[in-house]
Amino acid sequence: MKMEDDAPVIYGLEFQARALTAQTAETDAIRFLVGTQSLKFDNQIHIIDFDDENNMINKSVLLHDAGEIWHISGSPADKAVLTTCYSKTSESRVLTCAAVWRMPPEWESGNHESPDDSSNNPQTLELLCHLDNTAHGSVACVLWEPMGDGKRLISLAENHVLLWDLQESSTKAKISSTATLEGKGQLKFTTGKWSPHHNSTQLATANDTAIRGWDLRSMSQIYCIENAHGQLVRDLDFNPNKQYYLASCGDDCKVKFWDVRHINEPVKCLEEHSHWVWSVRYNHSHDQLLLTGSSDSRVILSNMVSISSEPFGHLVDDDDLSDNEESQQEDKGKEPLQDSIIATYEEHEDSVYAVEWSVADPWLFASLSYDGRLVINRVPRALKYRILL
Amino acid sequence: MSSATTPPDSDPSQRRRVHSMLKHYYGLNEEGKVTEQAESLDPCDINGPHFDPEVYLNKLRMECSLGELMDHESCMVKQIRSLDSDMQTLVYENYNKFISATDTIRKMKNDFKKMEDEMDCLSANMAAITEFSAHISGTLQDQHAQITKLSGVHTLLRKLQFLFELPARLNKCLELQAYAQAVSAHRRARCVLQQYSHMPSFRGIQDDCHVIMEQLAQQLRQKFRDGGSSAKDLSECVELLLQLDEPAEELCDKFLSHAQSRFEADLQGLEAELKDSPVTDTGGGLVQKTNPGSNPVSPSSSSTTNPFLSPTAGTDILEFIDRGCNEFVSSLCLVIASYQELFINRPQEGELASKNIPEMANGKLHVFVDTLAARYFSLVERRIQEEKGVSDNSLLVRALDRFHRRLQAISKLLPGSAVPSQGTEIVVRAARERIKQYLSALQTFYHDSLTDVRQALAAPRQSAGGASVSGGGATSKDATPSLPELLTSLSNFILNQLKSVLASVHLFTAKDITFSNKPYFKGEFCSQGVREGLVVSFIKFICQSSRQYCESAGDRGGSTPPALLLLLSRLCLDYETSTISYILTLTDEQFLVQHHTPVTPVTALCAEAREAAQKLLNHYVKVQGLIISQMLRKSVETRDWVNTIEPRNVRAVMKRVVEDTTSIDVQVGLLYEEGVRKAHSSDSSKRTFSVYSSSRQQIRYAPSYTPSAPMDTNLLSNIHKLFSERIDIFSPVEFNKVSVLTGIIKISLKTFLECVRLRTFGRYGLQQIQVDCHYLQMYLWRFVSDENLVHFLLDEIVGSAAHRCLDPSPMEQSVIEVICERG
Repeated sequence: MKMEDDAPVIYGLEFQARALTAQTAETDAIRFLVGTQSLKFDNQIHIIDFDDENNMINKSVLLHDAGEIWHISGSPADKAVLTTCYSKTSESRVLTCAAVWRMPPEWESGNHESPDDSSNNPQTLELLCHLDNTAHGSVACVLWEPMGDGKRLISLAENHVLLWDLQESSTKAKISSTATLEGKGQLKFTTGKWSPHHNSTQLATANDTAIRGWDLRSMSQIYCIENAHGQLVRDLDFNPNKQYYLASCGDDCKVKFWDVRHINEPVKCLEEHSHWVWSVRYNHSHDQLLLTGSSDSRVILSNMVSISSEPFGHLVDDDDLSDNEESQQEDKGKEPLQDSIIATYEEHEDSVYAVEWSVADPWLFASLSYDGRLVINRVPRALKYRILL
Repeated sequence: MSSATTPPDSDPSQRRRVHSMLKHYYGLNEEGKVTEQAESLDPCDINGPHFDPEVYLNKLRMECSLGELMDHESCMVKQIRSLDSDMQTLVYENYNKFISATDTIRKMKNDFKKMEDEMDCLSANMAAITEFSAHISGTLQDQHAQITKLSGVHTLLRKLQFLFELPARLNKCLELQAYAQAVSAHRRARCVLQQYSHMPSFRGIQDDCHVIMEQLAQQLRQKFRDGGSSAKDLSECVELLLQLDEPAEELCDKFLSHAQSRFEADLQGLEAELKDSPVTDTGGGLVQKTNPGSNPVSPSSSSTTNPFLSPTAGTDILEFIDRGCNEFVSSLCLVIASYQELFINRPQEGELASKNIPEMANGKLHVFVDTLAARYFSLVERRIQEEKGVSDNSLLVRALDRFHRRLQAISKLLPGSAVPSQGTEIVVRAARERIKQYLSALQTFYHDSLTDVRQALAAPRQSAGGASVSGGGATSKDATPSLPELLTSLSNFILNQLKSVLASVHLFTAKDITFSNKPYFKGEFCSQGVREGLVVSFIKFICQSSRQYCESAGDRGGSTPPALLLLLSRLCLDYETSTISYILTLTDEQFLVQHHTPVTPVTALCAEAREAAQKLLNHYVKVQGLIISQMLRKSVETRDWVNTIEPRNVRAVMKRVVEDTTSIDVQVGLLYEEGVRKAHSSDSSKRTFSVYSSSRQQIRYAPSYTPSAPMDTNLLSNIHKLFSERIDIFSPVEFNKVSVLTGIIKISLKTFLECVRLRTFGRYGLQQIQVDCHYLQMYLWRFVSDENLVHFLLDEIVGSAAHRCLDPSPMEQSVIEVICERG
């Protein structure tokens, strides 16, 4: 029996786009949020619903008229709440600000039945509060507390780490503590990630070629991987199952895996992309699956068995299965998996700046390229069954 | 009967015939046997036995005439008559003889009667004599027994006397040192004494003898121990001791332990030489270490001296081995020979044979030789291990040869001994070790050479930097060597060094070396040792160390100068194309390698070298690309593009980018061929440029003014992308200049693009980008294989900048051209 993999589903946005996230609090529907970048037109947030059974996409559009979106992130507790980082031009100065938004309650009810209408009459996001950053400069990204109650946020603005508490139904944001990165030259955070481990008390940030860890209780640095990459570090992600493991990617075309207890050498290093790697994501359930997106227009799905939390694959009692021949043949195919590239996806024609796994379906992921093309792909079935069985 | 006419008694022969005829008649021949053979069967033969008168008569009558018949009748009558007379004579003669015989018999009869009487008388006498004789012997019986007894006592007494005199005699012998006599005397008496030892007197003698013999044995032992006496004496001594029931084992042990002490001295002498040498050797090692740093001025001067410096040990290895051979091995041989003479090859006699001495002695000898040889070998091995310097291999080989040759003597003396094979083992180990040393020496040499090259590259950097600014980066103006020169000198140094090493190693297999015909040196040494262990390993090492340059340097800010990467890449490529096969052919020819075991094929090595070359070149492209990228990125990131002023000039960083690209072009051109470009006309820069800037750009920017159709914005670039091939930015490059430059430019422009996309531009910001891109377009197309690539990327940059522009109003093309041409 040959397992046919479903063809990728492609969705085109009218605008250029960089910001992509899965709706974190939504665990039933497969839903992604995309923020557009346009300097001339009103920017939008596209809510992409993927219908797994019919292999179809339903979209809704919400208007985001504050400015072009550089980063987007959904609340882990309330699926209607999200944050964006957007650039605002005032007095010929470009500043990237951050705000917390609520989606209007009606968007879901009837809009995507008739997608043609949506462009005519798009609804607008409801502003909950600004994460006021006039004192701190442009915001690189906003991070929600992983698995939190949707009340705590971190924003990275220039060289500041700002920890926010949302109050009064998220309509008010108050800085609870801050940390500042001091050093020679103009230091600027490019990105960061809130660790889901250690009771969500740790944060990892990237600036230039260095990766730093922070303790949020004391707001102090706990580790620093200098020269983690040869050039700029573009993205980070924590292994969801191994608390000390961290993946990073950057402009040296490499993806590196770190054990933050031994920061002198990376645990592993991949060099498969032919240009800068902009995004790296662990699969939420099976941490051997790793997704990377690069400005060489490719998305690569890798299987990093050797450093996953299941280094020997899923342990199954073979005794139960080995009665019939079929299972024996399966066993033959079940050699210990090696670290390998599973697939390279070439559906994009421009730089891919964001990749995300779906929250609802661990075998599904989306990637977004600059020209506004969103591609939804699945993990090959053969591999899926191999991991599951 | 033809002579029947002659008278019968005329002559003796005639008579004999007659006799014989008579005999015939009576059926007797001369031996008294009846024969009928001679007679004729003719019935007409008148003398024949089958004569038939009828037939004869008929025959006569038929054949003869009457006259003849008449004659025949008369002749016959005559014959009959003579026969009759003969018969009468015979009868008379016989009668006379008979008469005389009768007389004789009668006379004898009378004589016998007389004799009978005399015989009777004789027998009576004899009886009387017998009787007397019995009587006499009866009376003499007693006396005879007494005499016999006396004579027995006499001999016993003589023996006893010998015994009693024995101690004195032995003493005398002892005084005279006539040990042999003493021993033989004692041996004769020993059994007797033993037998009668229960009698006190004998006991005394025995004890006396014992004491004396003990003394004698003592003296013998002393003599034996002194050892100074000649071999013959010694052997006599041993023989005597053996006869004295001295246990052979003890003797062997004594002999060997005596010899041991002498060897001890030899070995200690050798060890003493060892002990002081490590000190000087480490001194040599230090010199060795400091050397590469101190005089690396030119590769040639340092190469000849530094890793091949010999340790300044007290004695060289040849002397050491010589001493070992002359003192230890030769005396060992002597000892073996004399030992065998004494204990093993001695003719065996008597009881000694049963003790199986040779076997025991042989065993002891083997153990003895083995332990001593083991110690000797360990010393030799230590000495060989000290031989770290690889300057003069011939010395070592000669030493090993001597060592090995001398051990052959032992194999001749002691056929079953493991010592020679152990010696061969040592030689083999030394050879292996040697190969390893040569490999590491080659590796050190390679590293040092690279350091030299690195310094040579660093030296002209300051001056060349100025040159490149002034007119396009020429390097070979100075006295310092240019890249191609450095490359050829480097590869020559390496090759020469390798050749000299091969020559040195080759000494091991020279014909006049005794161990060269051992199977190891014929087979494994050549194939596994020299070819694989030395040559192949070295080539692999070169490739590997080259690869290391790619891995370590990139992340940590380019510790390796790019020019070195380029040089090494070319070196590896040269290895791939020719050098490897040349080296291996050379090796195979020199060593006549017969590949019993699988060896690394040339193709695999070439592939490895090519891979290394590729990796180095890719890395070179990456490093150079990153340097330019870094400039572009800084220039984009640090500028405030919204509030910039109207462009008047091309930004300095773009000029710098073009300059650097030009100097890279020159640098690569020194080592790599031009490569192929896609065909383009001579004025292609102008033509494509105009297309690029005027028509296309205008079309592209047009839709952005029409707010109704935002989709169209990307349409053109998307269509363009649909039909153009995907560009791999950090993709492998080919081994030519154009491909290398294309790679570098691709990386740089892609960086430019990505940086532009992260910024927001004002009107003049966009215009500055337009100017900059046009400038790059003017100069960069000539370096790349496909100029469309440059066009496409620059288009993308300007397009992206336009998208990111708050007020996209592009500059007039003519103005751009004027600004760019102004420089």
